[in-house]
Amino acid sequence: MKREIVKFLILALLVLVVPLLLKGGYLMNVLVFVGINTMLAVALNLLLGFAGQISLGHAAFFGIGAYCSGILTATFGLNPWHAMAVAACAGTVLAFVVGFPILKLKGHYLAMATLGLGIIVYIVFNEAVNLTGGPSGLSGIPNLSVGKTVFDSDTKNYYLIWGFTLATILLSLNLAHSRIGRALRAIHDSEVAARVMGVNARLLKVRIFALSAFISAVAGSLYAHTMTFLSPASFGFNFSVELVTMVVIGGLGSIYGSLFGAVLLTLLPEMLRTFQDYDIVVYGLILILMTMFMPGGLVRGIPAMIGAVSARRGNGGNEHA
Amino acid sequence: MELHQQILQYLLSGFSTGAIYALIGFGFAIIYNATTIINFAQGEFVMLGGMLSYFFLSVVHLPLPAAVVLAVLATTAVGIAFERLAIRPLKNATPLSLVIITIGGSILIRGLTMLIWGKDTHALPSFSGSEPIDIGGATILPQNLWIFGITIVIIVVNKLFFNYSITGKAMRACATNRRAASLVGIDVRRMVLFSFVISSAMGSMAGIIIAPLTMTAYDVGIMLGLKGFCAAIIGGLSSGFGTVLGGLLLGVLESLGAGLISSGYKDAIAFVILLLILFIRPQGLFKKADSERV
Amino acid sequence: MMTKRLRLLSAVLMVLFCCNAALAASTIKIGALFSVTGPAAFLGEPERNTAQMLVNEINKAGGVKGQKLELVAYDTGGDATKAVQLATKLIKDDKVAAIIGPSTTGESMAVIPVAEKDQVPLISCAAGIKITEPVKKWVFKTAQNDTLAVARIFEYLQKHKVSKVAILTVSDGFGASGREQLKAQAGKYGIQILIDDTFGPKDTDMTAQLTKIRGSQAQAIICWGTNPGPAIVAKNARQLGIKIPLYMSHGVSSKKFIELAGNAAEGIRLPSGKVIVADLLPKSDPQRKSLMAFVQDYQKHYKVEGDHFGGHAWDAVMLLKGAIERGGTTPATIRDQLEKTKNYHGIGGTFTYSPADHAGLTKDAFVLVEVKNKDWVLVK
Repeated sequence: MKREIVKFLILALLVLVVPLLLKGGYLMNVLVFVGINTMLAVALNLLLGFAGQISLGHAAFFGIGAYCSGILTATFGLNPWHAMAVAACAGTVLAFVVGFPILKLKGHYLAMATLGLGIIVYIVFNEAVNLTGGPSGLSGIPNLSVGKTVFDSDTKNYYLIWGFTLATILLSLNLAHSRIGRALRAIHDSEVAARVMGVNARLLKVRIFALSAFISAVAGSLYAHTMTFLSPASFGFNFSVELVTMVVIGGLGSIYGSLFGAVLLTLLPEMLRTFQDYDIVVYGLILILMTMFMPGGLVRGIPAMIGAVSARRGNGGNEHA
Repeated sequence: MELHQQILQYLLSGFSTGAIYALIGFGFAIIYNATTIINFAQGEFVMLGGMLSYFFLSVVHLPLPAAVVLAVLATTAVGIAFERLAIRPLKNATPLSLVIITIGGSILIRGLTMLIWGKDTHALPSFSGSEPIDIGGATILPQNLWIFGITIVIIVVNKLFFNYSITGKAMRACATNRRAASLVGIDVRRMVLFSFVISSAMGSMAGIIIAPLTMTAYDVGIMLGLKGFCAAIIGGLSSGFGTVLGGLLLGVLESLGAGLISSGYKDAIAFVILLLILFIRPQGLFKKADSERV
Repeated sequence: MMTKRLRLLSAVLMVLFCCNAALAASTIKIGALFSVTGPAAFLGEPERNTAQMLVNEINKAGGVKGQKLELVAYDTGGDATKAVQLATKLIKDDKVAAIIGPSTTGESMAVIPVAEKDQVPLISCAAGIKITEPVKKWVFKTAQNDTLAVARIFEYLQKHKVSKVAILTVSDGFGASGREQLKAQAGKYGIQILIDDTFGPKDTDMTAQLTKIRGSQAQAIICWGTNPGPAIVAKNARQLGIKIPLYMSHGVSSKKFIELAGNAAEGIRLPSGKVIVADLLPKSDPQRKSLMAFVQDYQKHYKVEGDHFGGHAWDAVMLLKGAIERGGTTPATIRDQLEKTKNYHGIGGTFTYSPADHAGLTKDAFVLVEVKNKDWVLVK
């Protein structure tokens, strides 16, 4: 437990220090989105990694959060913080309502149902032109503010969003180590066994689904107020798949893994920009190679790799001696 | 135009898109049964079929039949390479990481196609003319008949292959129980390779026969793959009749939804109905409820 | 010894520094955001090609008032989030004096707050009317407003006493904006929209929508989209034996559309920028010179015909060149000079900006063309 606290404090310190090293600039802007993606990946990991329930439509909850917040503030002039609260509720309630029938499904049927949910929500964003602005997008969303401070620069947004991200990580770590976390893992391993042992599997699954949706909707609201513009394309099937990729590449069932996955997959396109037109090919290749050589995800793969390298070094040294 | 004629047209249109979804869905089901992987690169095989036949036909100037055969062969080669290089080397990977590999593969294939042949959309000539055929006031194109015909042929050949040939039976054995299959001497790895061969060939065939109607470009695989995936799931991931019904159902729902209710929401309508069906029958549409393994 | 070396070093540094400063003074950085990949690649690719080609040529000819231009172009992939990030990168890291692009209305709307906040002029290459209406201090555009294209079609329909139409628009930014304008302007021309249907950008079959239209009293169909959707619509309409005339948008005004739709393209009319009919224009047309220069140049460099999408980027670079010639050097002065642009005869039309108009075109920017024998002819 103590080690967990130290790990988290190191992360928090790192988050605090990074902007001082970067001195503004473009990377700050990217890091803002890294924060949002981390929230989403951690949220999805609660569902996918801990409860073992796949969702191919998580961008829907992200989008609902974003559009609720955007519409309420830009069209109806609500205070952004109040809008965020409403947005979070909307995401949670939707997850709760659809959670009961959807989570009854298993395996590929669940994948298909969540995918369908994602597509339906995406189509509504696209078609309800009067409300969402349709494919041309929704603009004029105000920034968040506290007192006189308006979060309108990358640095301010960075601290705001990473505040939320750290809170999400802390909450998830706590959850993972709690009774609920253990019950979730029991469901993951064998739902029937868990049920026999007195875990109300169905309710627990729905609750974790709702929690995951809650975090995603908050992330969506934050996204809306930092971008100040929304268009449906950001909440499609591709983004849902990208989130799953973040979780798996990072390492299923590891909170820090999701952090690594989100950081890597958000920064990767930036690093690949030097390849210009070839970037997409290199991206695909990296995805394949990384999964091939680290099937357990970054969080297990990197220590294993370091271990292997140092072991080889150790052997080499012995031979010389 | 009478309403019943309109509905007939919706049904015909729905069947012809549905047949394609079914054909693509088949590819998903075959690989799934041999490997328990959902192959997200299946849509790219479809795209490759269309793009390669365009390449052989309009750039290399080969006659149509030769172009079709070469396109299928080339796509199959890609399927084999993909299995050999990315799927086979992994021994203890979870199904989910294999799925991520297929996602990476689809991005890679799409990216390479874009670099080699550019981003333009291309049209392919119809196989046999483009004069519409009248059926009771509704019309279809000769190409639609090709689609129906080839889909039926492929399904029948599949059925025969899986039911009567030794390899086909061996593949079915792998689908039922991999360990038991390998214990009785079936080379499971070869069966996995076969499943990639069959489904990439089938996918490319689907891509070729629809290209004259829908045109082709490096990025058509995503949407078609998604629809095929849905068809396969509705059909319970069986490589038989279920997937065909799944595809046709999806196609008809879309077409009726667009014609009778709202074209903007047509995909949403189709998915809402599919979700409701799943909620009522959580074990899938065309599968008998089987007992759960604990 | 030590001091000598130090002196030498400082001298070298001095020279380097001066060179650097001199170099910086003699180049003006222009940022560009185009969706070179993704669903809007058909816009972004010719735009990037054209901008790069034109900037190279301007530099070869000695630059603008002795200053070289440097183009920093990024690919947004058609993604609004990416466009915003890259706009920030252009402004903060590359320190550009002005930005050309993005290619689509959605991305432009997303980038506008960034340009406004950091006070860098933005010349969008997208068509949405919302971009410059209401006028935003730092935002200009080169693509013709959808309003003008819609007006061209409706005028023609009114003249030929057509009053009942069906519209079929693609459900992306381009189609949504067209649909909005079609519905907004119909009343003004005494036109009634009987059927208002849409199709998805990746849809492969539109017979359902067209069947519905066939069953209605519509006298014409107006389809608003970009390839390949409209080509499928044309083919499906032919399959269903629909006899009423089919109108398309300027989104398909390139040879590619005729190639994709084949025989089904015959007789289709659409409003287009003048670029595709450059050789048919009368010698007196003020745009003719720019148009011919662009078309020939593009053909020479990229082996395909230049289309009006590339033209948007051509106009943006030329407008910037004009602003710099008139004395613009910093983002603020370039903006002020841009606003004073008068009668620049470009590819998209004749541009005249003013504090109240940052789109700068009139409906003369569009001509109505028809497909005949696999080529374009002007409709009088």
